[in-house]
Amino acid sequence: MFDPISLIPTEALRAFRDKIHRVAREKIGPQASRVDEKEFFNREAESLLWDHGLLTLTFPKKYGGYGKGRAVALCIGVEEIAKYCASSSLLLIIQAVGSFPIIHGGSNRIKQKYLPQMSQGRKLVAYLVTEPTAGSDVASIQTTAVRDGNHFILNGSKCFATSGGVAGIYSVLAKTSERKNGCSFFLVERESEGLSIGRTERKLGQRGSNTTEVFLENVKVPAENLLGREGEGFLIAMKDFDMSRPAIAAQALGIAEGALETIVQFISEKNTSEKPVADHPAIQAVLADSAVLIEAGRGLTYRAALLNDKGKDNTKLASMAKCFASDAAMKITTDLLDVFQILNEYGFLKDSQLERMFRDAKLTQIFEGTNQIQRLVIARQVLKESMG
Amino acid sequence: MFQLDEEQRLILQSVREIVHKEIRPRATDLDETGQFPWETVRILAENDILNGLLPRRYGGPEVSFFTFSMIIEEISKGSASSALLLITQAEGMLPIALGANESLKEKYLSRLAGASRVLTGMGGTNPSLHLSPVSSGIRADLLGEKYLLNGKRCFIRNGSIADFLVLYVYTAPSEEGKGVIAFVVEKGNPGLVLRRDENRMGMRGSIYSEMDLENLEVPGENRIDSEGEGFLNMMKTLSLGRLFTAAQAVGLAKGAMDEAISYARRRIQFGKPISHHGQIQLMIADMATGIESARLLTYQTAMLFDQGEWKKAETVSAMAKLMASDTAMKAATDAVQIMGGYGYMKDYPVERMMRDAKLIQIDSGTNQMMKLIIGREFTGIS
Repeated sequence: MFDPISLIPTEALRAFRDKIHRVAREKIGPQASRVDEKEFFNREAESLLWDHGLLTLTFPKKYGGYGKGRAVALCIGVEEIAKYCASSSLLLIIQAVGSFPIIHGGSNRIKQKYLPQMSQGRKLVAYLVTEPTAGSDVASIQTTAVRDGNHFILNGSKCFATSGGVAGIYSVLAKTSERKNGCSFFLVERESEGLSIGRTERKLGQRGSNTTEVFLENVKVPAENLLGREGEGFLIAMKDFDMSRPAIAAQALGIAEGALETIVQFISEKNTSEKPVADHPAIQAVLADSAVLIEAGRGLTYRAALLNDKGKDNTKLASMAKCFASDAAMKITTDLLDVFQILNEYGFLKDSQLERMFRDAKLTQIFEGTNQIQRLVIARQVLKESMG
Repeated sequence: MFQLDEEQRLILQSVREIVHKEIRPRATDLDETGQFPWETVRILAENDILNGLLPRRYGGPEVSFFTFSMIIEEISKGSASSALLLITQAEGMLPIALGANESLKEKYLSRLAGASRVLTGMGGTNPSLHLSPVSSGIRADLLGEKYLLNGKRCFIRNGSIADFLVLYVYTAPSEEGKGVIAFVVEKGNPGLVLRRDENRMGMRGSIYSEMDLENLEVPGENRIDSEGEGFLNMMKTLSLGRLFTAAQAVGLAKGAMDEAISYARRRIQFGKPISHHGQIQLMIADMATGIESARLLTYQTAMLFDQGEWKKAETVSAMAKLMASDTAMKAATDAVQIMGGYGYMKDYPVERMMRDAKLIQIDSGTNQMMKLIIGREFTGIS
């Protein structure tokens, strides 16, 4: 129905999309409602994602990565899966986000040691940045890493860690100096002494994703686990965003497309020549507005990803894509719910994919930088450009 | 513009206390379990709030529509689903108060008097124009002294627990609007078959029942209107329902804004409370402006009803419902946004408000339907 063919640059990526779409529709989608209702981490879906190389897409090719076009491939994977289950698609995103500091900051030794563990040993990774008092303001983190000979000692509390309780490896952002932005990333293993998992959060949506607190108490890591240079943490986090924000946009896009498809199917079933509900002006208006937003969002999302693959500056477009697509997904899922009521199908307000999608969509406006932060980024970039 | 008199001030003050002590503290649990709030019903009944519109001569406080709307708004700040208790009682009581003969009024309205916990409700239709359940065929046939009602799938608030319900039915489905009549049906009537109480994503703690009418027998004396007046009665009840829903939406929006502001004042990011940040202020400004406009429109609607300007109020109530519920949806969604990760978690009430707000947008006729009502009125096309 919505063929983004012109935006996907290669035949191989198009074939990839078709394959993932089938997996998502046939294998992951049917479990989405149960996963949401019971709020559990779906190991079955996780296995499927590993089987299809979706949890290593952004890795170097020799460690199971997609290779050329990885940012676009990540968006495709996320979008196709999010059409059916946002929680499962979040796993792709967090895996890419969490492994980014390792791939782009880790020494060869570290990569050789850990990337095979992750890809062959199927270890999930979590990204430990957010803290109770440091959300949008990343620089205000309190977690510290203090050098102790050939080691660093980490102390701090992290929260809202996606995959926090199921990951085997963590990319942890910690302060290494009192200077502004004096933070660095560290690779920490789950088994490390002093690392513990706090409570699992209960959320409005994306309830099949695992969100926990993670505590670090005198966690000792070898100095070589420092990812990138000391003090480079902020820079790595910003580069990570250039890749992850288009992926969030893709998730929002997938949720919106899933919602529209659900409603279109529903309307087609209800539409009869006797009662042509599809001609109802109220229904036409929401369908049209939704379709316009999706089409525009897709353009932004894939342009942002494509630039990232070409190694060009995409910061502005990545923020635009994330902000636009997530606002669109929220509006679309909110408005489309009305269709059930217009058709007097009250019961669908709980027992429908769409109701879940409405709750799932809200997260896309919040994480990887709230849309207010995106607007700051966009405004700064626009000013920078105009001032030359 | 809207000066409150001493009596209104006192009523609202006592409502505020009840909300603070009894309603807000229960809201999370109500949402989590989805249980009906019997205890809240008792408290509201004992404080003469549950049936605020009930006429004095039947033992009620008979407050104005304006006062009643303010009460709904106040309760909704703490729990939108608890505000629904008042709305549902009013919708069950109004068709009788507006149209029934004296003996029917005496029989049913007096049951709501004082601290009565008798529950009522209204069902059988909503104003979704050509796509209403009315056209899906709820009908009544006269059989001697009785009526026989038949219909599939109506959604009735308080349906499975109400002591008596008012049902609007069509005697002549082909003649749009003409053959509407209203009946009072009592609990336990074997023709009133409960299919299920709906599980909903929001407004949990209220009951929406899916019911079938299967050869439901109603004595002729339980018919509310004389011939031809049923439609008018229904339109009045429905447009009042829009007013109440608008008040409920304003309350929810205000509740969400209060939560967001209190969080924004506490939450420090970039060296200062986020309430100092421009982006947050922009969002709060939109919320505050929306709430102020929606409230004014809602109060104006209430005044029109109080002045008996039914025709005008019919359209304005649709505007108020549209405006207020869209405002509530946006305010609740933005409140979650301002609170970020915390807002998305079940520990804070704003994610519940977001789910509740969605239900308000589609309750009492979806907002698309409100637009069609308004559009038809202004273009003169029906």
